[in-house]
Formats: sequence, structure tokens, C-alpha cells
Amino acid sequence: MKQFSHIENPLSRIKDNLNSTGLSHLKPVSLSPSQHRKASLSHIKAQAAMDEADGLAEMIDAPCSNGVDQKRPKAIMSGEHLDVEAYASLYSGRTKILRLIFIAEHCGNPVTQIEAVRMAYDELKKGENTQLLREVAEKINGNLGPEYGVDYAWIHSVERRAEQRKEKLENELSGYKTNMIKESIRMGYNDFGDFHYARGLLGDAFKNYVRTRDYCTTSKHIIQMCLNVILVSIETGQFMHVTNYVNKAEQTPELQDPIITAKLKCAAGLAHLEAKKYKPAARKFLETGPELGNNYTEVIAPQDVATYGGLCALACFDRTELKNKVIDNINFRNFLELVPEVRELIHDFYASRYASCLEYLENLKPNLLLDIHLYDHVETLYEQIRHKAIIQYTLPFISVDLRTMASAFKTTVAGLEKELEALITDNQIQARIDSHNKILYARHADQRNATFQRVLQTGVEFDRDVRAMLLRANLVKHEYIQRNSRKN
Amino acid sequence: MVLTLFVVNGMLSWEDYTSGSVPKEQANWFLQTVATFITSCSVEQIRLAPDKFISLCKRFKDQVLQLQAPMQGIAPMRTAIRKLQSSAEHLTSLHSDFLLLCIVAKCYKAGLSIMEDDIFEVDQPKDFFLYCYYGGILNIGQKRFRKALEYLHHAITAPMTVLNTVAVEAYKKYILVSLIHTGQVLPFPKYTSSVAQRSLKTYAQAYIDLANSYATGKISEVEKCLETHVDKFKLDVNLGLVKQVVLSLYKRNIQRLTQTYLTLSLQDIASTVQLETSKQAELHVLQMIHGGEIFASINQKDGMVSFHEDPEQYKTSEMIEHIDSSIRRIMLLSKKLSAVDEHISCDAAYLSKVGRERPRFEIDEFDTVPQKYMTM
Repeated sequence: MKQFSHIENPLSRIKDNLNSTGLSHLKPVSLSPSQHRKASLSHIKAQAAMDEADGLAEMIDAPCSNGVDQKRPKAIMSGEHLDVEAYASLYSGRTKILRLIFIAEHCGNPVTQIEAVRMAYDELKKGENTQLLREVAEKINGNLGPEYGVDYAWIHSVERRAEQRKEKLENELSGYKTNMIKESIRMGYNDFGDFHYARGLLGDAFKNYVRTRDYCTTSKHIIQMCLNVILVSIETGQFMHVTNYVNKAEQTPELQDPIITAKLKCAAGLAHLEAKKYKPAARKFLETGPELGNNYTEVIAPQDVATYGGLCALACFDRTELKNKVIDNINFRNFLELVPEVRELIHDFYASRYASCLEYLENLKPNLLLDIHLYDHVETLYEQIRHKAIIQYTLPFISVDLRTMASAFKTTVAGLEKELEALITDNQIQARIDSHNKILYARHADQRNATFQRVLQTGVEFDRDVRAMLLRANLVKHEYIQRNSRKN
Repeated sequence: MVLTLFVVNGMLSWEDYTSGSVPKEQANWFLQTVATFITSCSVEQIRLAPDKFISLCKRFKDQVLQLQAPMQGIAPMRTAIRKLQSSAEHLTSLHSDFLLLCIVAKCYKAGLSIMEDDIFEVDQPKDFFLYCYYGGILNIGQKRFRKALEYLHHAITAPMTVLNTVAVEAYKKYILVSLIHTGQVLPFPKYTSSVAQRSLKTYAQAYIDLANSYATGKISEVEKCLETHVDKFKLDVNLGLVKQVVLSLYKRNIQRLTQTYLTLSLQDIASTVQLETSKQAELHVLQMIHGGEIFASINQKDGMVSFHEDPEQYKTSEMIEHIDSSIRRIMLLSKKLSAVDEHISCDAAYLSKVGRERPRFEIDEFDTVPQKYMTM
């Protein structure tokens, strides 16, 4: 199929990379840029990547060296159109299937949709989740031919096997319970939890994992239990539980393994992200150690850590924190290497190259909207980043020409004026707009006058309130007297 | 003099007997007699029989209103009040009647002179409500919205056990004046009686809707609300005030612009504030500059308005005088407050209440409440 030809031809991948990053003038091969465009598989990559921006910072991520090794999942979260197969290879287990389904539902491109759904089906066939397979088969709707329909034979055999296994597990569990061996009971419940999870019955899986808590004896057991519960909770979207169990796991003594610490930090970060607490989320992601590697692919990929952490940090941190925790953070640098665009945009923001920063953001947007955890936060985060950029831009100046500023932010003067008005009313910028000459003047409130005004105002209010109070006290006294006289 | 008082009262009761309309000459004679009486009576003797005097004055007021000559009644009533008051801070029952006469006669300035004194002593809580309500109306007539707000605020936050209509009407006006003066309606303060907090809102629903639509800042919303409730407003004789509320919304929106812009074209002002033409915007801005509500200058050639800072530098001697007198006034008020506080802490009733609530068997605590008060 056509979609896979780019794997067979690694060289065209390089060209496509260069094309999309506007560096096509570099001509790594003898083909001219226009021929590149014709030869490339641009019908898949429907999205136009970068514009021919002049002020674009150089993307020195050396696509050449990586184009050869197509297994290395590098340019996934990039401005290119989403490469579904490469994206899916970052994950494993249930989350892979869920992500593929999500992409199929939200992507506008029918080619990608079919691709995603097909991969989901294949993945499901390897497992035991018959319910989900049925749903995915419905989505495919026969578009991929007969071998991708609802395979009743397979479903029956899987379900029969599942029934048998369930009976066996139940018998074993009751056996262990009569024997009262803690360790066996714990393993029994754990196996049950795994079984339910594989079948897609997350509620039961959760209950069983939680039941193992009473039978945990060593900290290893506790951590295993916590990690299982966290996994199930993330999938069901119950992030309260995630936070609780992360705390529980972190408080376990003898928590030495750096991989597990990294996993816990990621989970905590995800929980904060869902709760829209971007600052704590950023902190957690930034604290994740590089040992995470590919050890938590059933939940999150290292690229995601970089993207989530980078975007949240940009939206929430001030300049000092951004420098200390992100740019100078050696551990996080390893993650950022995996998503060079995020790294570039953070550096651009810090160096005040707002046009290119915002451009990277725009390019990343379509792919981020396909991410199962980030999609409903993309707009908020982008808005916050844009506001911060505008505020940071105006900070060092006494007066700013709105026309230059508008071109720096790639917007019209009128639009910029509206944005500035909102920010000024919100008291985020201390300035005034000269609409006639289109200039923004910084304005620092006169402390002395403001103090006098406040003093006089306070005096008036005190006067008014005390008089009212005395009056009321008097009224109450008279009523009291009246009531008394009536009593007597 | 006291004799005369009883004689006049006798005449009044005779008039009540006959009831019906009194012939004009008799009424005029009556008015003249009472007026002379009030001006010439002696203060101590009046204070001996205040009730009779008050009822006389009330009859006087009724007659004046019946004859539709409220102007005649103003001067005598004012003298009457001054004579009846034990101190300038005393509220008599006649205050509300006097204010009513002033309102009907549209003689606002006369009313203001009485209201200059702050009231601290109230005999009859009932009179108080009417007094505050009329006081509010007088101030609205004079466009002194801050004072009006104070009076109306007194009316709705006064302690009451049962809701009365004066409070309800006062609340309606309070909402409107609050919108004009401050642009928002503050929630009830803690010391408002629970009766008021619960029930006032139910009677003033139309006004609350108006306040909500005002909060959106859009002229169209407010006008829509006005249309829906126009009959109710007319019924409550509040339509004029409501129109002023709409006007104030324009003003407030323009004022907000001064916070973000240094110069702005008239066209932009018109579109932001939802006015029809830039001519109207110019008119509004001009009015506001005259009224001292904003500081700006209009450049007609470019159609631009430049907003300036408040030129007040707080450096003039008038300002220093102002601040000085404010300080002195507040110090006096403070002293008064501590005096009242001391007075109450010596009050028998208060001590008995406090003493009862305190624990009895604190051996090591110095017991400052004498024993005899704790047994009440």
C-alpha cells in the first residue's frame, strides 16, 4: 500500500522533512525542490507544514542522520502530518488501542482514519478484549475488506477461553482463601485484576487491584498494587485515585528504583494536567528522570513528557523558573531532544523570537489535538502562552509601535489592539493605547496621588459606616426599651 | 401658652366631629393661627406636652396638603421641628412630614437644611423609615446620589421584625441609585435584618433583572429589560430614575475606555459603547467633561478624543484644608463612638446580659461584673 512506501524509501523521508521545514533550498540530493514536492507522498501529508517564514530559526535537528533509521521514533510530535504507525509504536497495551481509536475519531483525514482503525483492530486481535473489537469493527464498517469484519469465530473462542480462565481463577482464589496464605491470596486477586483488565472490564479490575492492598506485605507489593491501580484509574479517567495512589506509593519506604519514581512522577503530572493545574503538572513532568525511557509505554511516551512538560511550563512559569527548571535542566534536556520542535519553541520564547515560537505552536497544534490527554487543554495553554508572549514583549519598553508589534506576532493592528485592551483591563499590562498614532505607552501609576485618593476615600467610608452604625445602635436600643417597657 | 395649646386641640377635635370639607376661610384662619402659634410658643412648655404638639402639627400638615399650598407649611414646620428637638441630632416625628411637604412643594433646598444635621437619636423607629425614604428622594432630586444612597441604605438595613412597604419602596430606589452611582448593587451587609434579607428581593424582581442586565455592560440588554418591565416602573413612579440608569451605563462604559486608551477616535468610542453615531459619542463625552466625570479633550478636526490623567496633584492649600477638616471630623466621630461605647458598657441591661453568659466559677479570673447583675 502506498502509505508504506516511505519506509521503503528512507531518502524521501529526509526530503519530506526538509520540505516541511522550509529548508528545501538545501538540496541534499540532486532533485530540485519542485521535483521533491511532486515525488513526495504529499497526499498523505495534507497539512501544510511551515510557511516560508523568513525569520524562521534554523531547525538544526539534522534530519539526515535520522532519516535512515526509521525505527527511532523521532519526528512524531512535529509539524508534519501525523505518522500513525510511528506514533502507535511509541505505546503498548491498552493505551495504544485507545489512542488509535481517538485518532480515528478526531482526525479529519480519511486515510489516517482508516490506517488508525486498522492498526487498532490488529492490536486488539492480539489481546482478549472482545467488546472493544466489536466497536472497532463497527467503525471500520467493512471499508477494509472481509478480514476486518466482526470475526465471530474468534470472538467466541476468546470468550470461551476467558470463561474457563475465570472459573479457574475463582477456584484458585477460594482455595487460597481457605488456606489463608496471604501471598497467594494477593497473587490471586492480582491475577484476577490482570484478567479483567485484559478483557477490558476496568471497573472489576480496579476493585480487584484495590483488594490486594490488604494482603500486601512488602513495599514491592505495595508499589506494584499502586502502579496497577494508577494504570486503571488513568484509563477510566478517575484522576483523583491517581493522585491518591501516587502519594501512597511515594510514601512507601524503600522506594529506590528510579524507574518507578519516574513513572510515579509522570502519573502525578498527568493527574494535575487533567485537573487543569498546569503549574504543578509542569513541575512533575520536569522532575521526571531520564530513566523513564521506554518503561512506561503502557501509559505515556517520553515524547509526551517533553511536550506536556514543555507546554505547561511555557504557559505558567515566569522567566527565571523557565530558565532554571527547563532550559538548564539536564535531565529534561534528554526528553526535549526527542521533540526538537518543542525545544526550539521554548528557546525562541526565552530569546523573545515570538514570531517563530508562535509559528511552531501553530504547526504542532493539529497533532496535539489528536493526543488523548492534551486535546482539551491545547486551546487554554496556547492562549496563556500567547498572552505571556505579548506581556513579555511590552515589558522592557516605554513606548511600542503597534505596527511592528503586530508584524512580530503575525496579526493585524486591530486584532492586536483588541488583545491588548483585554490584557490592560485585566491589569496584566500597565500601559495605555494611543489609538490615533497606534502606539502603546507604558504607564506607571502615580503612587502619591493614588495614596491620597485612597486616604480620602477611606475617610469617607469610615465616616459613613460609623454614623450608620451609631444610628442602628440607637434604633436597637429604642426597640429594646420599647420591648422592655411592654414587658413591664 | 399651654392653655392655648389645649384650646387649639379642642378646636381640632371639634373639626373632627364635623369632618367633611372645611370651608376655605376657616381653613386659612386655622392655618394662620397655628403658624403664629408655632412661631411664638415657648420651647419648655412644648416639651411638656409633646404628643399634643405633634398631633397639632400633623393636622396642620394635612390641611396644608388638602389646600394644595404646601409652600405655606414649610417655614412653620421647620420652626416646629427646631423647637421640638432636644438636640440637633434628634429625630422627631415631624421630620418626615416636613420632608414630605418639601418634596410636594419641590422646595428641595429647604429640606436639605434640616438634613444637614446627622441624626443619632431616634424616638420612634417607625418615623425613621419614612424619614430615610423621603430624605433619599430629596437627595435624588438634588442629584446628590451619594447622600441618597446613604439614606436609602439606612432604610433597608434598619432593624426590623416585619417587612414594611416603605422599606420595599426604598429598596427599589436603592437598587436604581446604586446602579447610577457605583455601577453595581452590593449584596446585603451582615447587619441587615433577616426579614429584609429574605423578603426584599421578592418584591423588587424587575429591578433585580435590571441590575443583572446592567452588569453585562451592554446597552441593548438594559434597554430590553426596560421594555419588558416598563409598566412596573411607571407604576412605581421610577421611570425617570430608570432612564438615568441607562444613561449612566453609557458613562460607565466611556469611563472604562479611559483606563485603556490615551487617544481614541469618536467612531471607535461610538462602536464600543454601542452608540449610533460619532456625533452622539461626542455629545456624551462633552457632557462628561463638563460634569467633571472624565478628563479629556476633543479634537474635532481628527475626530479624536485624548484622555488625560486626573490633574489633581494634591498639592494645593484647598486640598490640605479639605484633608485637615476631614481628619478633624473623623476624630470627633471617633470620640463620639468611644463615648457611646462607654455608655453602653455601664448600661444595666447590657451588663446583665453579658454577666449571664459568662462562666460563673472562674476563681482565678478577676470578676468585673458585680454580683447583683448576674442574678437577673
